[in-house]
Formats: sequence, structure tokens, C-alpha cells
Amino acid sequence: MRNKRNEEKRGCLGSIIKKEVKELLTWETILPIVMIVVIFGMMGGVYSGVEEDVEEEPIIGLINNDGSGTYTDILIDTLDGGAELVYNRTDEDGDLGELIDEGLEEVGNEGGAALLIIPLGFNDTIALGEERASIRVIWILEGVGTFDSIPTGSVSGLLEVARSKITRELVGGDGGNVDTILAPFEYKSNETTMIKGGNPVNAGPGDIIGALATQSMLIPIMIMIVIMFSGGNVITSMGLEKENKTLETLLTLPVKRRSIITGKIVGSSAVGLAMALIYMLAYGFFMRGFYSSSDLNLEEIGLSLGIVGYLILAISISLAVLGALALCLVLGSFAKNYKSAQMLNGPLVALTMVPMFITMFKDFSTLPLTGKIVLFAIPFSHPMIASRALLFGDYLLPLSGLAYMAFFTLVMILIAVKIFNSDHLLVGRVKKEEEGKKRGIRFGLKSRIKPD
Amino acid sequence: MAKSVLEVKDLVKYYGPLKAVNGLSFEVKENEIFGLIGPNGAGKTTTLRVISTILQITSGLVRVFGYELPRQAGEVRRIISYLPEDAGAYKNMTGKVYLGFMASFFGNGGKTREIVQEGIKIADLGRRINDRVDTYSKGMMRRLLVGRALMTDPRLAILDEPTSGLDVINAKEIRDIIKNATKEGTTVLLSSHNMLEVEFLCDRIALIDEGKIVEEGKPQELKKKYKASNIEEVFVEAVR
Ligand SMILES: Nc1ncnc2c1ncn2[C@@H]1O[C@H](COP(=O)(O)OP(=O)(O)OP(=O)(O)O)[C@@H](O)[C@H]1O
Ligand SMILES: [Mg+2]
Repeated sequence: MRNKRNEEKRGCLGSIIKKEVKELLTWETILPIVMIVVIFGMMGGVYSGVEEDVEEEPIIGLINNDGSGTYTDILIDTLDGGAELVYNRTDEDGDLGELIDEGLEEVGNEGGAALLIIPLGFNDTIALGEERASIRVIWILEGVGTFDSIPTGSVSGLLEVARSKITRELVGGDGGNVDTILAPFEYKSNETTMIKGGNPVNAGPGDIIGALATQSMLIPIMIMIVIMFSGGNVITSMGLEKENKTLETLLTLPVKRRSIITGKIVGSSAVGLAMALIYMLAYGFFMRGFYSSSDLNLEEIGLSLGIVGYLILAISISLAVLGALALCLVLGSFAKNYKSAQMLNGPLVALTMVPMFITMFKDFSTLPLTGKIVLFAIPFSHPMIASRALLFGDYLLPLSGLAYMAFFTLVMILIAVKIFNSDHLLVGRVKKEEEGKKRGIRFGLKSRIKPD
Repeated sequence: MAKSVLEVKDLVKYYGPLKAVNGLSFEVKENEIFGLIGPNGAGKTTTLRVISTILQITSGLVRVFGYELPRQAGEVRRIISYLPEDAGAYKNMTGKVYLGFMASFFGNGGKTREIVQEGIKIADLGRRINDRVDTYSKGMMRRLLVGRALMTDPRLAILDEPTSGLDVINAKEIRDIIKNATKEGTTVLLSSHNMLEVEFLCDRIALIDEGKIVEEGKPQELKKKYKASNIEEVFVEAVR
């Protein structure tokens, strides 16, 4: 008998979860995800195209009025080796203006990046060593987008290389050890960074922050996405129940309120997690281009999570998701239809975006007191804070975060159960000025629908 | 004497400061069709929602087959079936899938299939039962929901304006279905605005106005009492 009861209960919960999942996996919900994947995929494609641009030799033109000489030759060889010379002249008749016009036209037609003019006396000025020599550069910019600076950037790079080569030639001429003269001492091979509240790390601060950059960005973003998708689903599901006018019937079915709540939470988080996963894969593909893996091995320098760390992080993320879903169930009870449900996403978005941006750029410990209080009070900050704190061996903050989130989640679930057992879902809000009277009536009488 | 299926005593229900039901008392006997009749805003829907366990009782007593609300709401939900005045179905489901989803709360396996077959029979939508419910007309939706409400052979069916939105022919069919249901042991509590329907369908009726019962009895008796030729006249007289 008991077993049969349990079976029935599971059956009810199962059908609610199934219904939620089916309801949430519609074109309206899948399409945005597909679009994000496509957009990221395309951006990834653009980026690899850009990478090809970087590797491709820039096209330049050259007007050399200095003939040849040690230093001029170094410059020309460097340019020739790293760029495609489509125009190469010497000003013989003294009509530089005409040559420049002609050169610009030709280089421009070829899609080139710059026309370089080496003036007469370039080599001699350097050889004398009293003054700086100069060359003239006329840049050709095809657009002003970020990626449009790539060809001109490569030419600048070539000029830097040539400059450094000429320096070496100049210094080497005196017979000293060129490397020592150029950098008489170094510190990179023997540096240690003390991180507040953590273990010392044998690397420079820039390297550490760089190595953790991917992680610092990805974990808060991932947590935000999971919470927003799952939470949004719960709110949507409540909005749909109201819009389709199905809630009233659902509440009279022989199914426990607890099962309805659990069904909504489980269904929504399953769909939310699946959506987040797809999204993260696309995002990962997109980010891979921007964050080249660092030389630092995080594990070697002691900056990785141990088993306990991962466990705490996993609990932290799960609690945050659960708390978010309970909060959304409460928010969703205010939804009148699908549209107003989307509006109710606002508080959730704010509560996940704020900690995401803060933790991306600042550590909890470096925030001013008010910032700390705000960040701690937002329950969804904690997995983001924990992911970094745990890395540096700080357990107090993540554990107190767990305690706080458990408390928050419990309160939200209690409120959600209370709402499901009250008139609120069907009756909605009573006008403000009437609220006092309403309370008087409610609390003055004992009868209430008992939670089951 | 038939035993009491539903007992409502001194029921009061407030929405905030608004008193929607003001000391309502009535009893419904086994196997009868009992009608709540009254003007808009009289408190019919509110009363039915309270009995269906989805609104709290402000004060008073409601007992369904001896189970008391709100304490035994779970038991009550197992034996009742409620058709809301203005309800819908999950848009992304077909009529048949919707019935299946609803049936899954009342049994599993073969029992579910049996219930669904019954629902399909009552709804009588032909091939359209396999279409998504968002393609249904108002009347088709109502038929589906009536099918849903009666397919589980509830011991007490609470129907809020079961024929609203239906044309004459469909309304008559639904009335026949409701009449038939009582032959299979279902007791029916319904509300209606249609006085002809009430006369045809109900064994006993209660006239409500402003949350109070102003008259109660068999339609024939009431007509005799007020020397009226139909319930409409009875109603006008009683409310005056
Ligand atoms: N959700 C609500 N919030 C506040 N007041 C409500 C709510 N629902 C109903 N009322 C009020 O309660 C009273 C009774 O309404 P109810 O819906 O029970 O009437 P009814 O007899 O079903 O009317 P109708 O014939 O129009 O369906 C009305 O005065 C109505 O304004
Ligand atoms: Mg009504």
C-alpha cells in the first residue's frame, strides 16, 4: 500500500516535470539560444579570419632616396622580409610629390597599408650617432574598425624590429655583450607574488592575473547564465499557467503543492542547464581565440582547486541555482501572463549581473565596505566569490556564503510554499490602501488552508 | 434519506476588505444536481473555488464527504473535480495529450488510458482531439474541459457555468452529459445564469444574492411558492 502510494506520487511529479520541460522547449525559447550559438560561431569565424590577417604580410610601398648603406639596408631588408613591396622607387628627378601621388595610388589599389619614404642621409645620420634619423610614413587606413588596424599595426611592428636590429648593430659594433647592455639586470626569473590571504606564488602579478583571466571571466558568466536561464524558465512557466488559465485546474488536482513546486524547479533547471551548456560551448569556442593559453601552469604554482575546493564550489553553485529558482517561483507568482513574466526577470537579471561584473574585475577583499556588504547580501555572488577565494586557500568566505545561501533558499522556499497554499496565486494583489484592513482580517481569524 | 455529500455552513469569504460571500449555508445530497443561481458578482464562483480547496475560508465550515476544509484539502482533491468558469489548457498540447496529462494524476498505466478514452468520448471532438488546443474554438475548448472534469468519475463535480460560451446544440449535449454522469454515481454542484438550463438540469437550487442565499428548494416548489411561471420570475421576486 505504502509502496503504491509512493509510486503514484512519483508518477505525478514525473508528469509535471515532463510537462514543464515540454512547455519550455518551444521555438520561442530555443530560437534565442540557437541565434546566440550562430552569432558566436560567426564571431569565432570572423576572429579566425582576423588571425589570418595578422599572419598575412602587409602590403607597402617604398620610396628610397638614400641609396644603400649598412643601416638603410637593415631597414629595407627587414621591410622586404616582412611585407610585400608593391612599389619601390628612387627619387631621381627631385619630384617627390609626384612619386608620392603615384605610390599612394598603386599601394592603395593593391589594398596596402603604408607608403614609406626614406630620406637622403638616413644612413649617415645614424652612423654619426648625434641625432636621430627619421623616415616618413603615410598610412592608408581602409576603415576605422578595431580589426582594420591590423595591417598598419604589422607595418609598425616591422619598423620596431628594424629599429631594434639597427640598435644591436650599433651596440655590437663596440664589442660588448649586446644582451647585457640592452638589459643590464633582470628580475623575471626570480619573482614571487604574495597574495593577500593566500599562499605565495612564484610568478609575477601580471602573469597570475593573465593566467586566471579566462577563469575569472568564465565562472561568473557561466553562473550568471545558468541562473538566468533556469530562473527565467520558472517565471515563464508561472506566467504561462496564468496566461493559459491552467493554474486554477492544476491546483485542484490530487497532487501535493510540494510536487508542483518541485516539478517546476526540476523541469526549469533541467532545461536551463541544457541551454546554459549549449551556450557555454558556443561561448567557449568564441573565447578560445581571445585568451590564448598562458605559459603558466596553474597547478604547478599551486593555483588550482583541490577536491574539497571543487566540492564546495559545486555545492555553492547548486545552492545558488536552487535559491534563484525559489526566488523566481515567488516572483513568478506575480506574473499575470507571459509578457509580464518577462518583465519580472528584471530583478533576477540585476541580481546576477551586478555580482558578475564586480567579481570579474575586483576581488571581494579589495572592495570598500559598502561594496562588500552589497556583494555578500546578493546570494548569487557567492559561487563567483568562492571560485576565486578557494583558489587562494580562503575557506571562511565560501563557507559563510554557503550558510547565507542556505538560509536565503530556505526562506524563499517557505515563502513559495506559503504562496502556493494561499489565495495569492489566484486572487493577486489587493490594493495598497486596503492592505492594512486585509491583514487585520486575515490574522484575526484562524482558518487557513493547511500546507500538505 | 440520501446522505450528505457537501455541507457548507456560515461560509464567509473576504477578498481584502471586500466581503464576497456573507454567511452562506447549504447542503448537497448524494447523486443530485445542485445549482447555485445568482446575478453577476453574487459570489457563486467564490463559493465554488472555496469548496474546490483553492481559496482559503475566512470563516465558516465546509465539509466534503465528511472531509473538512482546510485540514483535509488533500483528501478532498482526490474525490472532486473542478471546472473553472474561465479555464484553458496547455497551449502546446493536443487535446488528447492534455487529457493524458490530467489523467496521469488519477492513476497509471491501463487506468490512465481508460480515463483518457472516457474523456475523449465526453469531449466528442472527433479527429480534432489530435490537434493542438490553441487551434480550438471557444466551444471546443469548453467541451474538452468538460470532458476532463468528468472523465475521472469524480464523486463530486463542481462545474462553474459549464455551458458558458456554447451554442444551443452543444449546450444541450453538455447538459445531457452532466445528467448522465449522475447515473454513474457522481454528484454535481454547478452555477449558472441560464434559468432554463437550471430548471431542466437541477434537482435543487439555491438563489444567491450579495453572498447570501435568498431562497432554496426544488425548482417546481419554488415556482409554486412564488406563483411564478418560471425561475426567472422566482428570482426577481425573491431578490426584491
Ligand atoms: N480576485 C478577486 N479579487 C477581489 N475581488 C474579487 C475577486 N474575485 C471576485 N471578487 C469579488 O467578489 C464578488 C463575488 O464574485 P464572484 O466571482 O464570486 O461572483 P459570481 O457570482 O461568480 O459572478 P459571475 O456571475 O459574474 O461569474 C464580486 O464582488 C467580485 O468583485
Ligand atoms: Mg462566476
